[in-house]
Amino acid sequence: MTAELVRGQNHPLSQARLEIRISAGTPIVAVAALGDENGRIHGVEWVAHPGAPTQPGLEVSRQAAADHRLAVDLDAVPEAVHRVSVLLALPVGGTGPVRFGAVAAPFVAVTGLGGDEVASYTITGLEAESAVVALELYRRQDAWKVRAVGQGYAGGLAELLTDQGLPQAHQLAGTVSEAVAQGLARSVQAPPPRTADGDRSRQTAAPALGPDQGGTAPQPGPVPPVSPYGGQTPGGPGQPAPQQPYPGTAPDPSAVTQPSAPTAGGPIDYSHPRRQNAAPPPPPPTAPPAAPGQPAQPVAGDATGWSMEERLYNQVWGMFEDLARTTAAYRSAVDFAESRMDKELEQVLSDPRSRIGGQGDAAREAARARHTQLVTQAREALDRDLTQLAAEADVVEPALPPAYARWDNPAWHAYRVPMEIPMALRLGDLHLPEADRIRIPMLVRLPLERGLWIDSGAAGASDGSFTDSHTMSRLAMETAVAHAARLLAVYPAGEFTVHVIDPAGSGAQPLAPLVQTGVLAAPPALGAAGVADVLGRLTQRVDLVQMAIRGGAADSLPPGFDTSQQLLIVNDFPHGFDDRAVNQLRYLADEGPAFGVHLMMVADREESSGYGPLLDPLWRSLLRLTPVADDHLADPWVGHAWTYEPSLVPPGSQVLQQVLAQVAAARTKFT
Amino acid sequence: MTKGQAISLQKNDGGSLTAVRMGLGWQAAPRRGLFGSRTREIDLDASAVLFADKQPVDVVFFRHLVSDDGSVRHTGDNLVGGVGQGGDDEAILVDLARVPVHIDQIVFTVNSFTGQTFQEVQNAFCRLVDETNGQELARYTLAGGGQYTAQIMAKVHRAGQGWSMTALGNPANGRTFQDLMPAILPVL
Repeated sequence: MTAELVRGQNHPLSQARLEIRISAGTPIVAVAALGDENGRIHGVEWVAHPGAPTQPGLEVSRQAAADHRLAVDLDAVPEAVHRVSVLLALPVGGTGPVRFGAVAAPFVAVTGLGGDEVASYTITGLEAESAVVALELYRRQDAWKVRAVGQGYAGGLAELLTDQGLPQAHQLAGTVSEAVAQGLARSVQAPPPRTADGDRSRQTAAPALGPDQGGTAPQPGPVPPVSPYGGQTPGGPGQPAPQQPYPGTAPDPSAVTQPSAPTAGGPIDYSHPRRQNAAPPPPPPTAPPAAPGQPAQPVAGDATGWSMEERLYNQVWGMFEDLARTTAAYRSAVDFAESRMDKELEQVLSDPRSRIGGQGDAAREAARARHTQLVTQAREALDRDLTQLAAEADVVEPALPPAYARWDNPAWHAYRVPMEIPMALRLGDLHLPEADRIRIPMLVRLPLERGLWIDSGAAGASDGSFTDSHTMSRLAMETAVAHAARLLAVYPAGEFTVHVIDPAGSGAQPLAPLVQTGVLAAPPALGAAGVADVLGRLTQRVDLVQMAIRGGAADSLPPGFDTSQQLLIVNDFPHGFDDRAVNQLRYLADEGPAFGVHLMMVADREESSGYGPLLDPLWRSLLRLTPVADDHLADPWVGHAWTYEPSLVPPGSQVLQQVLAQVAAARTKFT
Repeated sequence: MTKGQAISLQKNDGGSLTAVRMGLGWQAAPRRGLFGSRTREIDLDASAVLFADKQPVDVVFFRHLVSDDGSVRHTGDNLVGGVGQGGDDEAILVDLARVPVHIDQIVFTVNSFTGQTFQEVQNAFCRLVDETNGQELARYTLAGGGQYTAQIMAKVHRAGQGWSMTALGNPANGRTFQDLMPAILPVL
């Protein structure tokens, strides 16, 4: 159990190796200092700070961040040390806050190495202070304890260190702020917040001169952000403005958050390479307070997440669940109303009295009225929710990034080849008959977890219209091309490769956008020989990667090995497939997804019925999508049948060609 | 409040309650045996059954944590109990405004899944809390409650435009809510 400490309270520590986790709403500096039995800091070598992040038994971050993890090894501190204090300070000289009273109360937790929380403390009640002693770990009769201190200093780190008896307190405080300022300059910067004095620019590596920034000459415009991750982060001239709900390319989350990403070049960076920012993201846009009696105005991105992309993803899934559940409530009420009416009508029939005079009619009328009343009530409740969801969809849909957006969204006209893989991809729209006007984007996570099956079977569509098999094959192939193009477009240049098997060449017309723009790995493979060749290469690839990974030698792949995700579009299956090819296809379906090879079957299952149950596992392993609206997808909560419609390019639109041309251009540069 | 007493969940100012929480707490079994591993865990479960005109429509329990309509949510199964200091180890939250129109009663029950009777369980209680202000509406001490493995705790039912709550506290026996159905039906 975690002990939640209050100021002055202590708690025993059973472990010597600890982690101190600090979270604050704003970037702060964390310092750890060693003290003797009188609490005195003997010298600068007893202080771990951003300029000197490691000292015996201590390790702190190199820079200011809203979240810190300090490592403390109490067994490794010098014998003379009886106290380890954890100190927090606001960075001086930035545009940030200058007093703790202006920021959220910092939270400090002592945890074991496994992350189990031992004690925690929220430092409340700070006002003008800009530095604070958060915690003390202290030795009492050979046992260590932690105490919540919370002593603040308005004079900052210098005053704090002076108070702890450090002779060079002012000098050290200066060193710390210099190191922090340099750290800020190394990291991707958030564009300066719009303040009342909007012309004030962000300070760079110049030593901090004071909290009021009086000594810094205003510079023209924000400093171009310098990426600490080489060329991977989008930066430089095209840096999008943060007000844009979604920067034009896949965003580096740190580009829109606080300047606190841990830089490379620290001691050891344990952070996940794609989750560089330890700092919490800026608060999500929340709905403004609603007028009394009115539902709140919806806002795009009003959900949890570390980036706008993740928030929109969560918001869309939240809308999906809400629609599923409110419809479940409605359907359940209507079912109940109907079964109650049936029962009541039956009673009227079996009651001999109802045959006399108008009694029976009156009873029947009453039963029907009760039914109508309940259904009306249920419909009112549903409409209330639908109105709210529709309003939310109206603001969310335009704010979606290309990967989540419909092809007619202007986001696709502003398309640029992304630098990062997005979280998810829109495969189409989902809707329910009760709420025809609300289309939920169907988002699936990337990389794909399963292959796709575009069903070209000439089944009657859910709207009752019948499409002949020839048209259906063409529509299926167009759908497949739209999905493949979208995948190519949302992956960074060269990180997604598409192969096509079109044995009879029947898909040539729909495939034209892919072929003409040159985004395919090779022209569509024709004939049995083409089938064998493509399948052979992909099978070999899966074998190689599998061997390398299972053998624990992922780095022993041949030089120049293409590590991108592979998508194989198979048209007209099983045309052109012999038994060997069928086996290879099954192998790819089973083993491929784990090693980055995915199938997109464009097929009518009936045509391969000759193989019997042999292929059942293949079809089951794929996500079935249809080229026309069809209600075959179930939600994970209630299991309604949702009508799926693929994301297709509007007729006459050139957006697909424009996007693919950019993809092709980026690929040429890449290779 | 006492058994059978009904209280209206209308607030004095005319506004009605919008959310209630059923909380269930108990103390984990003490460690026994040489290695402390032979302890027999106590697993109590809270459930809520949604009725429309005396017909069960939906159930929220440890295998179905959210009612299909989303109005009743279980915070998750606790298999061993807590430290027994009064916190809820399992809770069921009801958003009364979102309960479907045809649902007119919600019955809350507690079962001993591992079969210990309430006599053997330490510090067990269940309570109903007004989630909007944290005020406790009803509380039962289950511990020492006799040779029973279940309790029909309370029901929340529609009354006029709002909701009322009736404390029941009927003892019963059963491992899950299904076993309790015969005991629930008479109180509807």
